[in-house]
Amino acid sequence: MSDLNRRDPRLAWILRNRLHPRHGELSGQPTRGPTGLLRKNPRPQWQYGPSGVRRLDRLQRGAAAGVSRLSVNKRHEQPALPVHRVGEPQAYIAVWLQTSGGRLTPHCKDVLGQAQQLAVAREEPTAVLGVLCGELKDPVDGAGIDRLLQVNGEAYDGYQPEAWTTLCTQVDAALQPLCWLLPDSGTSAELGRRLGVNLGERPATGVWKIDADTVLARNGAGNLDISRPRSRVMLLLEECALPCGEFRYEVRPMTLTLTAPTGTRLEDLGPVAVDPAEIPLAEAEFILAAGNGVRDWPQFHRAASVLGASEGASRVAVDDGFMPRNRQVGATGTWVSARVYIAVGISGAVQHLQGISKCEQVIAINRDADCDMVKRANLTAIGDSGDILAALLQLVATRATREVSDAA
Amino acid sequence: MLPDALNIAVLVSQGRHPVSGRARRAHQDACALELALCLPQALATNVRAIHAGDPGQEALRDYLGMGIDGLTVLSQTAEDDALAVLHPYLAEQRPDVLLTGVRAECGEGSGLLPYLLADRLDWPLVTGIAAIERIENGAASLLQALPRGQRRRVRVSLPFVASVESAAAEPRQVAFARARRGRITGLTPATEIDQARTEWTLSAARPRPKRLKVTTARTAADRLRQATAKAQGSTGQIIRDDPQAAAKAIYELLVEEGVLRNTQGTGRV
Repeated sequence: MSDLNRRDPRLAWILRNRLHPRHGELSGQPTRGPTGLLRKNPRPQWQYGPSGVRRLDRLQRGAAAGVSRLSVNKRHEQPALPVHRVGEPQAYIAVWLQTSGGRLTPHCKDVLGQAQQLAVAREEPTAVLGVLCGELKDPVDGAGIDRLLQVNGEAYDGYQPEAWTTLCTQVDAALQPLCWLLPDSGTSAELGRRLGVNLGERPATGVWKIDADTVLARNGAGNLDISRPRSRVMLLLEECALPCGEFRYEVRPMTLTLTAPTGTRLEDLGPVAVDPAEIPLAEAEFILAAGNGVRDWPQFHRAASVLGASEGASRVAVDDGFMPRNRQVGATGTWVSARVYIAVGISGAVQHLQGISKCEQVIAINRDADCDMVKRANLTAIGDSGDILAALLQLVATRATREVSDAA
Repeated sequence: MLPDALNIAVLVSQGRHPVSGRARRAHQDACALELALCLPQALATNVRAIHAGDPGQEALRDYLGMGIDGLTVLSQTAEDDALAVLHPYLAEQRPDVLLTGVRAECGEGSGLLPYLLADRLDWPLVTGIAAIERIENGAASLLQALPRGQRRRVRVSLPFVASVESAAAEPRQVAFARARRGRITGLTPATEIDQARTEWTLSAARPRPKRLKVTTARTAADRLRQATAKAQGSTGQIIRDDPQAAAKAIYELLVEEGVLRNTQGTGRV
C-alpha cells in the first residue's frame, strides 16, 4: 500500500456522467426526489484527513474534485512532537553528555530522562544543561537537553579527564547547578568521581532510583542496596529512568567565558592497536561476519585483517566447518554489540538478526536484494561478495599509501 | 634497599566471592599486586602491601601467599573512614607508585579511594590500567583498559596513583606455606568514623525492575505493526551491481564511524 492520494477513476466517471443515479449526490448539487422535493443524503460521507483520521467532509471538497482517499488513507509518518520550552531558567540540572562515535549513548539518554523528570518536578523553571566536549553527528532535540554547552578545543580532545574536570568545575562555579548527573560507565564515571572530589562533594555512585529526598544506589559488588540522601553529584546506572519521548526540546546553545585548562599531568598517547582476534566477540566494536555466500575464504580472512575487524560467522558457515564455533553470531552463538557489523553473504535468519539486534550500523553484502538482512541493513551492496571485498581491499590499500605519502 | 629503588605501595582489601560469598583476596587488588611483582628486576622494586581494616581477617593472608615479605595493616573498624588513616601514612612513607583496585568488593565499593588519595597527595591518577609498560627517567608508560577490549597508552610522571582493572594479567596462585609464614604488622593510628555513612541504610540488593518495551503508537494498527513487524532499518541505502561504488560507500561509512585505524602507526600489543 502506498501513502499517495489517488484519483478514483470510477468516481470521476460518475461525476462526468449526468445520467448516473449517483451523479447528483457526488457532484454536491441538491437532488430532487420523485415528487420534486429537494432531498439530502442522510448517510455520512466519510473522508480521511491527512493524519489518517476519518472526517465528515461537510463542504464536499473532495467529491467536487473526484478525489477519493477511501482506498489508502493511513499516513505512517510520525506527527511532530510539541516543543518543551524553558524560558528563563531559575536553576539548572547539569548532565555530562557521554557520546560514542558522535552519538549520545543509550545510557546517557536514560540519564537525560531522569534529569528531565527532576526538572519537571520542580516549581520554578529548571533547565537541563548538557555539557559536551566534541561534536555530535545526529540531531539531539528529542533527547531532553534544554540548554547545550558545547566546548571544542585541542585541550579537550582525546582522553583529557583533568581538563574535563576543570571545565565542569568552572561550569559549576558559573551556573551553580542543583546537581550533576553522569552515567556511571566509562570515562564519565571517572569524570564524575573526579568532579565530586574537586567540588568537595561525596558522589553517590551506582544510583538506580531517585526518590523525593533519598536515592537508592547499588554497591560496587552489586549485592547491596544503599538508601542514602541525595548528593550534588550523582552517577546513575543504565535504565535508571525512561528516556525522553514526549517532547522535542529546544537545544539552545549556551556560551560561558571559560579559562583554558592548565597543563595536564596525564599525557594521552592514543589508542593501541589490539589484535582483533583476541577481543571477545561479544565486546568487539567492528565485526566482519561471513555466511553461506562467501566462496573465497582466504580473501575473507585477509579482508578482516586489513580492515582490523573481528571475524564472525553465521551458523551455516560454522556448520560447514569454515569458521570455529566460538565465532558464531546469533541466538545460538554470541549476542554481539558491535558498532559496525558487516554481513558478507548472510541472508539474515531470525536467530542471526536477534544476535545483531544491538548493532548500530549494519552493512550487508549479498546477492539477494530481497533477503531479511537487506531490510535490516543501513547500507546494502548487491553483488558478488568476492568482487566487492576485492574492490574494498584495493581501496583501503590505495588510501593507506596515499595517506602515508601525504604525511611524508 | 638501594637508594634508587622504586617504592611501590599496593593497597589491598578483603574480597568476597561473587557466588559463594566467601571471604577471599579481592581480585582487582590481587591484579594490582601481581602487576607490582611482575615489574622487571632492573627497576629494583620494593613492593609493600597496605591494608586499612581489621588485622585479623584470614583472607589477607592470601596476599602474603603471593610472595610479599609482609603486610602492613592500619587497624580500624569497618565503619571507619579509610582515608583518615591511609592519607597520613602514605604522606609519611611517600612511595613512588601507589596501586589500588578499581573498587572494593565489600561495603560501598564506590571506587572513590584512589581519587581521594590522589587529590590529597596531589599526585596524578590513572584509572583502570591493565599493564605498566615501562618506568624510566621518572616517568611511566601505562596501558589503560578500555571497554570492548581496547587499550590506550598513557604517560605519567612519578609519583602517581593508578587503579588496576580486572583486565590486567591474572594474579598468581597463593602458596599456602608462604601465606602461613608471612607476618602481618599491625599499626594503630588515629582513626575517625565515616560520618556520612551513618545516615545510610543498607539492605540486600533487590532485583531491579525490567524495562518494559514502550510503544508510542496512537492507533491500533500502529500498535499491531510494532508488535508484529520484524526489525528493519529505516533508511537503508542500496547499491546494485557496482562493486567499485559499493566498496567506496562502505569505505566512507567505515571512516565516518571511525573504526578503520590501520593508518595509525602504533605498535601492536
